[in-house]
Amino acid sequence: MPVNETLGTWSELFMLLAAMTYLVSFIAFAWDMAPHAKTLHAPGQTGRHTEADRALIGAASAGAGNARPLEATDPRAGLGAGDRGRGYRAAARSVLAEHVADAQMRYTGERRPAARVAVTVMVLGFALHTAAVVTRAIAAARVPWGNMYEFSTTGALVVAGVYLVSLWRRDLRFVGVLVSGLVVIMLTAATIGFPTPVGPLVPALQSWWLVIHVSIAVAASGIFTITFAMAVLQLLQARRERTILAGEAPGMGFLAMVPSSQALENLSFRLNAVGFAFWTFTLAAGAIWAEQAWGRYWGWDVKEVWTFVIWVVYAAYMHARATRGWTGTRSAWLSIAGYLCVIFNFVVVNTVFTGLHSYSGL
Amino acid sequence: MSATGDAENTPEDTTSRNARSAPSGGSGQGPGDVEVPVLGPVGMARWAWTQLTKMNTALFLLLLLAVAAVPGSIFPQRIQDPARVSDYIDNNPTLGPWLDRLQLFDVFSSAWFSAIYILLFVSLVGCVLPRAGKHWRAWRAEPPRTPRRLERLPEHRSLTLGGCDSAAAPAPDEVVAEAARLLKRRGYRVAVRETGTAAPSVAAERGMWKEVGNVVFHLALLGVLISVAVGSLFGYKGQKILVEDESFVNTLIGYDSFTPGTNYNPDWLPPFSLRLDDFSSEFYRDTTNPRNYGAPIDFTAEVTIEDAPGAAPRQETLKVNAPVNVDGVKSYLVGNGYAPVIRVTDGNGEVAFEGPVVTIPVDGVYTSNLTLKVPDARPDQLGFTGLLLPTAVTGPDGMPRSGDPGLANPRLILSSYYGDLGLDTGKPQNVYVLDVAPLTELNSMMSDNGAITLDAANPVHELPEGKGTIEFLDVKRYVGLDIVYDPGRTGAFISFVAAFAGLLMSMFISRRRVWVRATTDLDDQGRPATVVEYGLLARGEDPRLRTEAESLGELFTTHWKAIGVRDDAGDRTESAPEKTTDRARRGPTTN
Ligand code: HEM
Repeated sequence: MPVNETLGTWSELFMLLAAMTYLVSFIAFAWDMAPHAKTLHAPGQTGRHTEADRALIGAASAGAGNARPLEATDPRAGLGAGDRGRGYRAAARSVLAEHVADAQMRYTGERRPAARVAVTVMVLGFALHTAAVVTRAIAAARVPWGNMYEFSTTGALVVAGVYLVSLWRRDLRFVGVLVSGLVVIMLTAATIGFPTPVGPLVPALQSWWLVIHVSIAVAASGIFTITFAMAVLQLLQARRERTILAGEAPGMGFLAMVPSSQALENLSFRLNAVGFAFWTFTLAAGAIWAEQAWGRYWGWDVKEVWTFVIWVVYAAYMHARATRGWTGTRSAWLSIAGYLCVIFNFVVVNTVFTGLHSYSGL
Repeated sequence: MSATGDAENTPEDTTSRNARSAPSGGSGQGPGDVEVPVLGPVGMARWAWTQLTKMNTALFLLLLLAVAAVPGSIFPQRIQDPARVSDYIDNNPTLGPWLDRLQLFDVFSSAWFSAIYILLFVSLVGCVLPRAGKHWRAWRAEPPRTPRRLERLPEHRSLTLGGCDSAAAPAPDEVVAEAARLLKRRGYRVAVRETGTAAPSVAAERGMWKEVGNVVFHLALLGVLISVAVGSLFGYKGQKILVEDESFVNTLIGYDSFTPGTNYNPDWLPPFSLRLDDFSSEFYRDTTNPRNYGAPIDFTAEVTIEDAPGAAPRQETLKVNAPVNVDGVKSYLVGNGYAPVIRVTDGNGEVAFEGPVVTIPVDGVYTSNLTLKVPDARPDQLGFTGLLLPTAVTGPDGMPRSGDPGLANPRLILSSYYGDLGLDTGKPQNVYVLDVAPLTELNSMMSDNGAITLDAANPVHELPEGKGTIEFLDVKRYVGLDIVYDPGRTGAFISFVAAFAGLLMSMFISRRRVWVRATTDLDDQGRPATVVEYGLLARGEDPRLRTEAESLGELFTTHWKAIGVRDDAGDRTESAPEKTTDRARRGPTTN
């Protein structure tokens, strides 16, 4: 199994460039958000969102102006009656509609040059990042997820990829700051925290299950990263909504670009459901692999314990949506707790604990 | 869905209550605020059961389970490494025994962990079975009655038919029958209602498999648990170290260690045998990449298996991710190392030991610890400890070390001792540890005569004081095998597949209801026209309810295009005051 050193060096260079490009994109996203922190303070100002929503409905008839945007920003109207979100009363919603973005998260045609730059730069970063991961895979002549450096860099690629693809359909530029920031952190952590030269795989990892189990795990983690970002926004937005309803001046003006906490919750629930299905699969594929490699499908190895903990936390999250008193803020906290467990499982369990999964490459 | 008295734990019921309590944020409604009725034991039991099978309780138990699993990753666990547990207790004499009493070294078999998951599964059965029953009845009943005010549903549209080329307005009964046919073709189950009246309607429902998926998912989790239990009751696990050219026979004495399941009888061991013919390993040797130099690339063991005494032998290849299977008993390649072949001649000139000695590799270049006890040596028993260097080189400090995991220049560096090895006391000893305290040293690194160094050039060493000789004859490979029988394996796998299928069904099938009602009305020119009104309601998460409403609109429009269709857009918001939606949503759900 030849290892191509030159290509490996190229890969590292690409990775560095990608990280720097993402950093630029992060700054541009922040730039995009910054002006709104000022402009939207003024109470009573009819935000552009109302305008946009009217356009969305496509009914230009005046008169009904008040009810229509409300309908459009009502997350339930858009998402089906079955949503278990807690929601606000209609009156409260109409107040809030002035202060948050469209729940449908569609593009409004409003000019946001900084955001446009940010997305373009991020696409560039993604291209460099892809080149880095692909050259690394070719250099090592195997899948690029065999140690922590590779999990982080490939995981970050999944995060960026999922995010960019979803931008196609929905205006999710409001999470751009968080997503690009997390991608930069993941790449930095990989390069500084877990640098590993290109190398072959130890026999225990030479299995198709590495391809299946780890790729799905990385994809699930990528999804959880995005829902984590959305849960953080949801908490901030929920706080801001309470302030607005109390009639006080809302802080954090950039949140005016962000949909209501309810809309965020609905979207992150759907993403988390997919993430949960992926994680369930990861857990089971891991068990099947463990059965082949170690002779038992479950042995409560440290890594297995934490995979289980994560699975149970997200199962609890799935239940929370159907449980009285657990929707809204509490379910966002569950989503955050789940993600912290994912991070813990990756960083601390791989580096501090000793177990059978000692493949960190450190 | 008919809500009955036991609907306490059903999510749709939760939803409606949830919606009603909306603005307060639903806080302060934990399980604690339920009034405890003053009842006898039966009442108390019923009350406890109701509490246990609530979603709140399930959620709480799930979180508790997650928290309870964490200590299992913090403290060493006996199921993994009993030696580390005893070390931990020795090193923490005050804390250790307490942790042990709290079963923190056996978290996953502890009373408290078991209590949590048993309660969880009792709750699961108590929650899911009634739901399954209810779903079964719902499936056999017709789709629910048409709500009086369709405009209160979350999706509502209305179309006016007729008037094109002065086509006559169709009769409402006909329209409803047509709509039922269209819906049926779209996968809905339908029931036509109130025909012959002024406002006939059709009720339709699809996605009944969603709930089936949910039930299958939960019950399959129970299946996984049962399979795991079967495995730990009727399975076993053993370990065996096998040197090249040796055979292992699957009997109790054949094992180095054997852990039967609670109900396993060793008489049931199938009598196969397994011989290690050859073991080969391959290492990464690219010197331009020093970090990975010597990393293992491949381990392959060639074995010969006889399924029963006298059966035809068959050759198999055993690899790290590829165990061999004999009647469900699987043998795994979990370790390997070198076994130098040594001959010890005692002070009386007799051969007291001859054979391979299993050594334990301690690093990536297979520097291996060797311990050899020769209790048969006379006049004194002999003991040796030291290292095997598979490729001996001289390090920069002048000390010998191994430069490669392969066998290029094998060398033994040993200390020797004589005296009473203490093997006759009957106390079990670790074969890999020699207690040198009661022994007298003959050679060592520290002694004046230095350690014994044996290699190809110098294979024999004469021990001082006429205690005998030691000869280094050859090096063989050995493998460490885990031999496992787990009768729950297949069940666990099938249960998992069912759980996963159920999960996907439950998460990605949308359960929807549609009601279509046709009435006769006058159009804006005063001519009779038929108004088709329809509303949709989703059960559970359904982001595409609106899309479905639009698709149905298109379907109806295309169908009745010939007689003229007018979309009464706009009416859906004006006549639907926001604040009634919640009740409307509940209406058809709970009647
Ligand atoms: C081993 C423990 C459990 C796990 C891992 C688990 C997991 C899950 C998951 C992942 C879901 C969402 C996916 C789906 O809709 O199928 C779910 C839904 C559900 N679970 Fe559980 N569950 C467990 C125990 C329970 C218990 C004890 C109850 C009843 C008290 C329960 C009642 C429900 C209900 C009613 C739903 C459907 C909620 C809805 O309609 O959205 N589960 N469960």
